[in-house]
Amino acid sequence: MARAMTFYSTTVGKKVVMAATGVLLVLFIVGHMLGNLQIFEGPERLNAYAHFLKSTGELLWGVRIVMLAAIILHILAAAQITIANWKARPIGYAMKKDVETGYAARTMIVSGPLILLYVIYHLMMFTFLQTPQGLSDTDVYGNVVKAFQQPGISAVYIVALLVLGFHLYHGIWSMLQTLGVNHPKYNRLRRIGACVLAVLIAAGYLSIPVSVLLGIVH
Amino acid sequence: MKLTLKIWRQESPEDKGRLVSYEMDGVAEDTSFLELLDILNQRLIKKGEHPVTFDHDCREGICGSCGFMISGIAHGPQKLTTTCQLFMRQFKDGDTIVAEPFRSRAFPVIKDLVVDRSALDKIVQAGGFISARTGSGPDGNAIPISKEKADRSMDAAACIGCGACVAACPNGSAMLFTAAKISHLGLLPQGQPERKQRALRMVAKMQELGFGACSNHGECEAVCPKGISIDFIARLNRDYMVASALETVEPVKKV
Repeated sequence: MARAMTFYSTTVGKKVVMAATGVLLVLFIVGHMLGNLQIFEGPERLNAYAHFLKSTGELLWGVRIVMLAAIILHILAAAQITIANWKARPIGYAMKKDVETGYAARTMIVSGPLILLYVIYHLMMFTFLQTPQGLSDTDVYGNVVKAFQQPGISAVYIVALLVLGFHLYHGIWSMLQTLGVNHPKYNRLRRIGACVLAVLIAAGYLSIPVSVLLGIVH
Repeated sequence: MKLTLKIWRQESPEDKGRLVSYEMDGVAEDTSFLELLDILNQRLIKKGEHPVTFDHDCREGICGSCGFMISGIAHGPQKLTTTCQLFMRQFKDGDTIVAEPFRSRAFPVIKDLVVDRSALDKIVQAGGFISARTGSGPDGNAIPISKEKADRSMDAAACIGCGACVAACPNGSAMLFTAAKISHLGLLPQGQPERKQRALRMVAKMQELGFGACSNHGECEAVCPKGISIDFIARLNRDYMVASALETVEPVKKV
């Protein structure tokens, strides 16, 4: 335990924790997307899948607890690192140009909290059924269609997923680098792979509200 | 050519400091940046003003003494170049150039463009060495080292410790410097006995000195006059993870 705390006390240790929890979160996001995409196979399939998830009982709660722990650690490490980074340059430059870094990398500390806000809103809406829109407990398919038919809900969803896409574009390659997953032969592939995966995830999720708004899924 | 220089002037570590403009006329294209400051300083001395203080030594791009921010980029706009090897042909007639010291909590300004970079030496002192028997030199090729490993070790050893990586990093992190110092030893057989302790000690020292974290922006590699790759940062992370799992940091033994 003392060794783990010493490890975490350094910025390298905190980044490793952020990257490792990032891997878990990416896996969850991919799994969640594959589950959601079953909407294109019709109401029976999606509702049966939702029922299956609920029927797993303890396993579902196990996954939820692991994900919650991952989110808390991810945010804690990010907050501590950001504060340390601000302190590392108390006097800024009169003029500073970025040569290599990009928009996604520079805005991780903005996209992260935005995603957190969205996740809270999303859980309130679909998991805890706290919204007064007459959501059904069993007809997940109907709930999704009803929700996305409201342009406001779709718009928030689309913006949130674009923000997530930007976060993942830098986050996926960054977590590989932080975890020391590198090899001269495959380094270019890490950047390309991160970009492809970020686009696939955003596109996969966005296909659902877009299909509902266009009337393809109804 | 005609240039406007805006240079950070700061009398002492306690002074607040400010940017001061100087008009430079009739500058030859083949003037190096440091020669430009020499010319300006002669003028200032004649007028009875204090010359601009800046670090320099070899003026050949190999010692790591010189370096400041030139219009927002450490060592200026030309890649793989130290400040002393930056010539006025890189600029256009009529340009305004801003010269500021490297900024980091661990690099306090001493005067004008000079900062105290001894924090980098402290990181090396914490573990950037090997313990070897002294005496006559070992026989050549007594320890076989593959060409690939030798090359990569030399790539890391090319670090001249100028501090541009820290200055360019949005987080003021010394990860590229420390990664280069850990890697050039860690890639060779002679560096193996202390490899884990080296990672633990140097990362801990970097932390203690108040450098920021690596956010994988890649700004450091882009400004590094020696082109040191951030691949070495991934290597530092691996070494640090393995070392943390297997050992705890021990104080350096003096014999």
